[in-house]
Amino acid sequence: MAQASGGAARPVLEVEGITKAFPGVVANDDVSLTLNQGEIHCLLGENGAGKSTLVNMVFGLYRPDQGTIKVRGEEVHFEDSGDAIARGIGMVHQHFQLIPVFTVAENIILGNEVTKGAFLDLDSARRQIDSLAERYGLAVDPDATVGELSVGEQQRVELVKALFRDADILILDEPTAVLTPGEVDDFFGVVESLTGQGKSIIFITHKLREVLAVADRITVLRAGRVVGTATAEGATQQSLANLMVGRDVVFRVDKGEADPGAPVLRTQGLRVADDRGVETVTGFDVEVRAGEIFGIAGVEGNGQRELVEAVCGMRPTAGGRVEMLGQETTDWSPRKITELGVAHVPENRSKHGVVAQYTIADNLVLNRYHHRKFSQRGVRNTAAINAEAQELVEQFDVRTPGVDAVIDTLSGGNQQKVIVARELTGDIKALVVAQPTRGLDVGSIEFIHRKIIELRDQGVAVLLVSAELDEILSLSDRIGVLYRGRLAGTVNAADATREELGLLMATGSSEGQR
Amino acid sequence: MNGARNANAGIGRAAGQVHRVLTEAWRLQPLYVSLYAILLSFVVGGVLISIIGVNPFTAYWALLRGMVGGGDEIAGSLARSVPFIGSALALAFAFRAGLFNIGAEGQLLAGGVTAAYVGALSWMSDLPGIVAIPLILIAGTMGGAIWGGIPGVLRTKTGAHEVISTIMLNSLVLFGVRWMVNSRDPVVLRDTESTVPRTDPISDTAVLPELVDSQPVLHTGLFALVGICFVVAFVLKRTTFGFEVGTVGLNPHASHYAGINVNRVIVASMAASGAFAGLAAASEISGTNGFFQPGTFFLMGFDGIAIALLARTNPVAIIAAALLWGSMLSGAPLMQQEADVSIDVVRIIQAMVLLFVAADAIVRYLFRVRELDQSPFKATSVEGAV
Repeated sequence: MAQASGGAARPVLEVEGITKAFPGVVANDDVSLTLNQGEIHCLLGENGAGKSTLVNMVFGLYRPDQGTIKVRGEEVHFEDSGDAIARGIGMVHQHFQLIPVFTVAENIILGNEVTKGAFLDLDSARRQIDSLAERYGLAVDPDATVGELSVGEQQRVELVKALFRDADILILDEPTAVLTPGEVDDFFGVVESLTGQGKSIIFITHKLREVLAVADRITVLRAGRVVGTATAEGATQQSLANLMVGRDVVFRVDKGEADPGAPVLRTQGLRVADDRGVETVTGFDVEVRAGEIFGIAGVEGNGQRELVEAVCGMRPTAGGRVEMLGQETTDWSPRKITELGVAHVPENRSKHGVVAQYTIADNLVLNRYHHRKFSQRGVRNTAAINAEAQELVEQFDVRTPGVDAVIDTLSGGNQQKVIVARELTGDIKALVVAQPTRGLDVGSIEFIHRKIIELRDQGVAVLLVSAELDEILSLSDRIGVLYRGRLAGTVNAADATREELGLLMATGSSEGQR
Repeated sequence: MNGARNANAGIGRAAGQVHRVLTEAWRLQPLYVSLYAILLSFVVGGVLISIIGVNPFTAYWALLRGMVGGGDEIAGSLARSVPFIGSALALAFAFRAGLFNIGAEGQLLAGGVTAAYVGALSWMSDLPGIVAIPLILIAGTMGGAIWGGIPGVLRTKTGAHEVISTIMLNSLVLFGVRWMVNSRDPVVLRDTESTVPRTDPISDTAVLPELVDSQPVLHTGLFALVGICFVVAFVLKRTTFGFEVGTVGLNPHASHYAGINVNRVIVASMAASGAFAGLAAASEISGTNGFFQPGTFFLMGFDGIAIALLARTNPVAIIAAALLWGSMLSGAPLMQQEADVSIDVVRIIQAMVLLFVAADAIVRYLFRVRELDQSPFKATSVEGAV
């Protein structure tokens, strides 16, 4: 590993006091970071902590609201990623930016084509690629078609692509998230050979073991702020987990003891595949009783989305069964499940939760426009719809000029309140909520949390899925950690510690040894 | 050098202003842009006519008189416009469900041939008109609905895109009916006593009553098609089914989440679209032709696309757009006769109308991409990827 310590450390990248806000959320708040020559600097934090926002600014994809970025001591203002590339910054995104039907060589030269007259000079490109590959131990076949390569090989192509553009500051956004354990070890070898030859690396991850294995220095982000820096020698998984999830409770939700009743929602050996056909829920068993909130914690991408969609009928199951209210509801249609009394606050607000061009009133009846109250003999009763909307807008404190306002004109928090208002009213017996407060302001978060607890106290069974550990801890009565599509462990919320959950989330076991 | 760059920047800014003005106009008054497109097309058409050496005002005056210069002209223009209403609705309805039905051409043929077949059945002459006429119209409507429904089914079952499948079905039905009507051995639908290839004449009882003996004949099919426009407007605006169609069109994911049967809506919308084309064809068979000839409906479906886009898929505006379209075609011969300007000039003007309407959509599309780049897009990435 490179010499991070000692007087020879020369900063190649200095980020000073960066602030970046998006509507409704401050993604980065006065963040500073220094990357030294030949160093591996890990950026650690939970989902939503602001890691990607930060590196996207360094790579010229976003512009900071405040603060400066210096490359090799010189202040820079990137207009786009082209400017960043010109300064020797390369980025490997979490989702590869490759064209599957092109060859490795074609992908690497894309946008930076080596030409001879009007023709591509693939021979010379191939030679350059081979020499880069040899120098850094990145075995790639320039003539292979990218679509036929494994994920690990595709990642090497991305690295060569960045090196081909003379990058010496490399940003790797969750590079190991998609790799198998064996590939991860190979990858670490490559990373060390890169820094050995003078490249500097920003490595984004939320996997503690990896941080300790490769990092020279570590910066921990939480809710957009730097909450700590450490060296690999001085840190332990435990200390990093503490920093990452934080000790301060942001929201103390007042709630009484749960009084759980009969089981309402149960899954047995549930298996579900994602859009690519990969099974991401791999045998999930849970039982949620009336009057309790069962929180599902976990790093995103461990099957949460597919689990929720399968339970609510939006996605076919690949195996196992779902029971709700004493009936087997496996692969029922969303309409049938809704009519049974199961409400669903979807994870993706704009894709599933609302029709952006519709009014607030129409969005409030999106799943019950056909009920007799709102439609007689196939004709919509606009008066009844508006009256209902008016009532819900008041009851749920939606800040809007009127129920006939197009919902897209509202802030994210108010849109979410509309969804919550729609889902949490009526005769519901079970509630499935996914990321209910993502990107919302403090007031909306508290409001939504209170509503969920109210429902629990009325005897509704609540399945809560959230990437926010705080939210899980403050709302849940029992907590299960989802790791690679199954429950890694279930704990009573009263006994749960952040440390234990953090380890379960990151490693799938409370010893943290996996 | 510098001046040129400044001029370029100036033009760019001016174009940006125009885009913004257009975009605003679009949002506030959707049909304003269509009127603007029509005006612009006539201006460019006028330039074209003067290049040929004719005074454009003379030509347009003749065209106008050909369109609405007298009772017969008005009736003829109306008659010419009636079927366009149906073929435009065929695009517009599916469009509301997020589908691009460019199969009206084929759906007209399927509806027309079914109507002609049913209308010529021997027992039709035993029925009173009050039964026979609805029967022939229903038959045509069903024929169109089935031909329109097939791409809907293909879309939901196999994922085949309706643009591709409707084009294919257009060819299939075109050559299919051509063969059925032409063939003498075996005789399928050909009227063997006729020297031109056409089907047997329909029963007299199945003929829609005539309103004006104009060229072409103005018949009571006018009421059916205008009425349908208002029905469609009501369905889309006020009914539960219309709400489902609009929801699927705007956000199929949210529709699925909200419990709407998206596949059922897609098939029903495509079938309804085909039904409107089928009805238009049946009313022509019954009210104008009295038999089926494939050439009757040539380009009528594609004109329907232009009309529907001109009317911004608003069913009531379609009536006006179809009237404009039909009367321009109906008035063109007088322009040719009096000002010696080819009928094709009207076709060119119509093509330009569509071009300007479509080009405006392209501008809007480009503009939206730029807009997305500013904040909303990045706001979404915050949710997804921070």
